[in-house]
Parts: sequence; C-alpha cells; structure tokens
Amino acid sequence: MIRFCFRSQSILVAVIVMIAALAFAPPARSELRIDITRGVVEPVAIAIVPFDGGGGDTGRIGGDIAKVISADLERSGLFRPIDANAFLQTNLSMDTPPKFADWRVLNALALVHGRVTVADDGRLKVEFRLWDVVSEQQQAGLAYFTAPGNWRRIAHIIADAIFKRLTGEEGYFDTRIAYIAESGPQTRRVKRLAIMDQDGYNHRYLTDGTDLVLTPRFSPTLQELAYIAFSDGLPRVFIRSLENGRSEAVGSFPGMTFSPRFSPDSQKLIFSMATDGNTDIYTIDLRTKATRRLTTSSAIDTSPSYSPDGRQIVFNSDRGGSQQLYVMDAEGGEARRISFGQGKYGTPVWSPRGDAIAFTKIAGGRFAIGVMTPDGSGERIVADGYDVEEPTWAPNGRVLAFFRKEPTDAGGGGGRSRIYSVDVMGRNEREIPTPGDASDPAWSPLQP
Amino acid sequence: MLRPVLAAVAVILLLVGCESTPDTPQPTTTTSSSVGSGSTGTGADGGVSRYGSSMGSGAGVGGVQQQGIGGGRGPAQVAQELVGVGDTVYFGFDSYALDSSAQATLDQQAAILLRNTGVSVVVEGHTDERGTREYNLALGERRATSVKDYLVAYGVSPTRIRVVSYGKERPIAFGDSDAAQAKNRRAVTVVSGGSPSS
Repeated sequence: MIRFCFRSQSILVAVIVMIAALAFAPPARSELRIDITRGVVEPVAIAIVPFDGGGGDTGRIGGDIAKVISADLERSGLFRPIDANAFLQTNLSMDTPPKFADWRVLNALALVHGRVTVADDGRLKVEFRLWDVVSEQQQAGLAYFTAPGNWRRIAHIIADAIFKRLTGEEGYFDTRIAYIAESGPQTRRVKRLAIMDQDGYNHRYLTDGTDLVLTPRFSPTLQELAYIAFSDGLPRVFIRSLENGRSEAVGSFPGMTFSPRFSPDSQKLIFSMATDGNTDIYTIDLRTKATRRLTTSSAIDTSPSYSPDGRQIVFNSDRGGSQQLYVMDAEGGEARRISFGQGKYGTPVWSPRGDAIAFTKIAGGRFAIGVMTPDGSGERIVADGYDVEEPTWAPNGRVLAFFRKEPTDAGGGGGRSRIYSVDVMGRNEREIPTPGDASDPAWSPLQP
Repeated sequence: MLRPVLAAVAVILLLVGCESTPDTPQPTTTTSSSVGSGSTGTGADGGVSRYGSSMGSGAGVGGVQQQGIGGGRGPAQVAQELVGVGDTVYFGFDSYALDSSAQATLDQQAAILLRNTGVSVVVEGHTDERGTREYNLALGERRATSVKDYLVAYGVSPTRIRVVSYGKERPIAFGDSDAAQAKNRRAVTVVSGGSPSS
C-alpha cells in the first residue's frame, strides 16, 4: 500500500510544461476521435509503452506509470490496451518519432510513451507523448513535475489528458472515492469513513468505527466531506476536512439532521431534519450559519441535491402517497413531480453536467440505479440488484458509481456489499476494489 | 450506562390473572403475595433474572408482574419490566401506524413508565432494508415518534422520552423473507437513564 500525504498533492503537482513545441509535427486535427455519446463503442486499441527511466528508481516508476495509465483507460471501457509483449519497437525515444509501421501492424490506433527523470531540485519529471498511429501526428505532449511519492497521481493525470484528447470529454481518473467501509455482524455493523483513489489504491480509513457513520458527500470545491455520524446518540450532519482531519457538527438543531449535500459553490449545505415525526429540507449557510426551511409538507421530504447551476434542487418526497422525485426552485416554492414510472424513487443526484438526474428505484422487490433528464423524461435503468443504492457521479457526468448489497441469509451471513462503476448508458459495469464490504460511495471532483 | 440497583427494594409479587386481555390498559391483579422484603446488595439482580424468565415475552397475558412499593424502581428493573411486557412494537410496510397489538404493548409500557416517573427512555425507530437509506432514517423517526406520541397521550411526560432513528442500520432478522423484513420494522423502548422515584 502506498502512503502519501494528501496535503502535499495539490502543492507539488506543479503542472504543466507544454512540450508540443518540440514535437516533430504540429498538432493537427485527426480522425482518431472517440464519440462516447454514441450507443455502442468499440474500444480503441491503444499501445502504452513503459516509460523510459533516467537512472535510479525512475525505470521502475516509468513501468508502473504505464501500467496505471493502461488500467485507467481499460476500465473506462473505451480503450483496449495492447499487450506489451506484442510490441515490436522497443527503442522508443522522446527525441525521435516512433516507427509508426511497427505500431500499425499491431492495429494500434494510438500510441503513448514517455520518460521519467529526476529534476535538479529532486522532483520527478514525467513527460509523455500521445500519437495518432494512422495519421502519424502527435496528439499531446506534456511534462509534469512532482514529488517522487506522487507518481501514481501523475499517471492518473496523464490518463485524463489522453482521455480528454481522444474523447473531447473531461477525464475522471485523477479523483478519489469516499465511502463507508463495513465490517462485523449485521446486527451491530461497524461502519467507518474511508477514502481511496478511484482505482482503489491509496486506501485509508478516516474514522475508527466508534460512531456509526453514513453517506459521505464531497464538497464540489473544497477538500471536505459532509456525512452522518451517530455520536452522542443522535444522528447529525458533520463536515470533515480532508486537509486536517477535523470534524465538526453542522449547526445545532433540535432533531436528527441527515442527507447532506453541498451547494455547487460549497457555501451552503442542503440537508433534512426530522422533528416530531416530520422530515423537511433545510439549508444552512456554512459561514453565517443562517438556516432556511425549504419544505413544509407533513410528508418525508429528503435526499435533496442541487442542480450544477445552483438554481434548482431535486429531492424525494412521499407527499403524493409514495416516495417520488420532485424538482423545486432552490429557494423553495412549488415542487414539480418528475418521476412517474412504476415503483418508488429515491436519492436523486443531479449530474455535474446538468443534463441528467441519477436515482435509486425500488420496484417489484428489486432495487435499480437509473438516470432520467431533469424534466423526468428518458428514464433508463443502468444497474439493478437486490439492493443497489447511492448513485454518485464521476465529475465528467459520464460514469456513475453505486453500491450493491447481496441479501443476507437467514443466519445473518452473506450480505456482501461492494462499490461498482457503470457508464451512463448502463454499460461497462466494474467492481471498484475495496478491502472489505463497502457502501455509500461518493465520487470526488477532479483534484485541484 | 444503567446504574446498578443496590438499594433495598421491597417487592410484592403480583400474580396477574389469566383473564387479562392485551387491550387492558393496566394489568389486572387477582391475587398478591409478599415474597419478602429488605433484599440488599446485588439481590435485585437475581430477582430481575427470575422475573424475566418467569415472564417470558408475553405481552401481559397472564404471567407475573412485579411492582415496586414505596421507593420506586431503578432503571435496570424498569428496563427488565419493559422487556417483560414487550419493549418492541411492529409496523406494516412503509407504515408508522400503531395497530391494536402495538397499542396494547404501549399501554403496558405507559403503565410502567407512569409508575416509575424517575426513569427516562429512548424510543429507537427501525425499518426493514427495502427502502433507501435516507428515506428509512426519516421513516424510523416517524415510527419512534408514533410511539412517543402514544406514550405522551397516555400521560407520560414528553421530557422523559427521546427518539432516535436507526433507519435500516440495526436489523435483528435476516434473509430476504417477508417475515424477516417484518421483524425489522419496529420501535424499541429502551431505558436511557434515571433513578428510583418515590
């Protein structure tokens, strides 16, 4: 397990020196472009060569960086990395163009290679080039500097650059996932806040399991998590800083507070409070602590989520008899029901692109994760199971993560619970590795 | 949490008549007999244990009822008494309504709390696992509040009753059967503190 200090990341990744000027052909429009909005995508064959090293540990790091880039791109479902054992040209250099014919025989459409050296100040310098094998043109050429322990993050950043260059969409590999790690018997489940890179590496626990914790959610702009903790016997919303590890209860309320989500500008938190058998939606200004009640129905109004422009919220309510999704102005007012399919709908989450709302659906004794447009049209199920919940969007709005729990057996065994990712069309479902049972994933924004 | 009860407690064992029905608000006593007084030290614990086994989990239909006299009961004893009459009530799917069986149980819980005014309780609301986590937290709070409201309507001071929802986080029955799910849709009245009242 690789450990590194979170605090150092944003500081030490001193990006980015364009070395396109050194390229042998100017960047040009290419045929190599993946349209990920199409219905079915044939993965693009891509050759990712182990990065050259420049002495010391750099050769090993160069090989590991290539592996991480490969794994990121492969998991996206949009790329098929070619087995390195098949490579013909083994003497690639950053200073001369590749022998494109050697890569065309492998049917590679794209080629990535790079170099790792140690800069004068001791930092790692990682350069890479992305080539279109067919047009023989460079698509990207970048260099990054970072602390040696931070090489994995550089690999994710390079994978994002390749993804963006070839799909036209923002990547999502330089991200983290916070979640709830579960252990112990089902009757007294120990739940801990945990965080890891989106590929499962750099895993660590943030709480010790003393308090039951639930539903972490990332701040869109700050290194913070909002979550629920049962401390002092009352479930309440807390905000935890990922920079210094401090947690603080949000406000002081007479009842249980839960279902927190940040506003897009991170200035406010929207959440539910339950008092006297009634659950309504509130906001709190995180600086002034001013609170505002947005719903007043006698129904259960909960699981609010802001639109990315901050103007609207979507939430679920049983005001019409069963739990359904409603959209409302972010300042309150009339709520408009948007879910009309069979079954109950819960935990809506507005896409960071604004064009879709993900939700949990319960119908016919099964759970499903689905997406619909904000007006309720175009409902599509992307995953299902005995218990699937807590959809969370990758920052590019093209991929979702969620958790799936298997049923327990009558003796309390079973109940395996894991986190999965799936694309917004319902393809390419992948388990995200965790050390044990896992629930309530929250996908971070791209790292600052 | 619960303070051990060390005070000497004089008890009278009340035999509850078999004709008492679940809907009877107060246990009907037909006979009573003293089983001694002035027990000291940890004697109370033994008494509680015998009491628990003789009561089973029957909700006041027959069995044995114990009642403190002149000095009230400690939290540990009240807790056992609540278990005896049934500390748990059950709910229908996605419902927080109290059916007649639940009301009968709560009648007896209320009677115990009215006799032991120094004891406070927390009502824990729970749900089955067939709902989303957050909705179930709200539903558990609704269920716990239903119980609190009923006890308050019976005369128990609201300041003695706190509610907490665990949603679907603390199941007691497993598997995907309807029977297992039904057992998890519950509210449990748990003694949270207090002292013997006089």
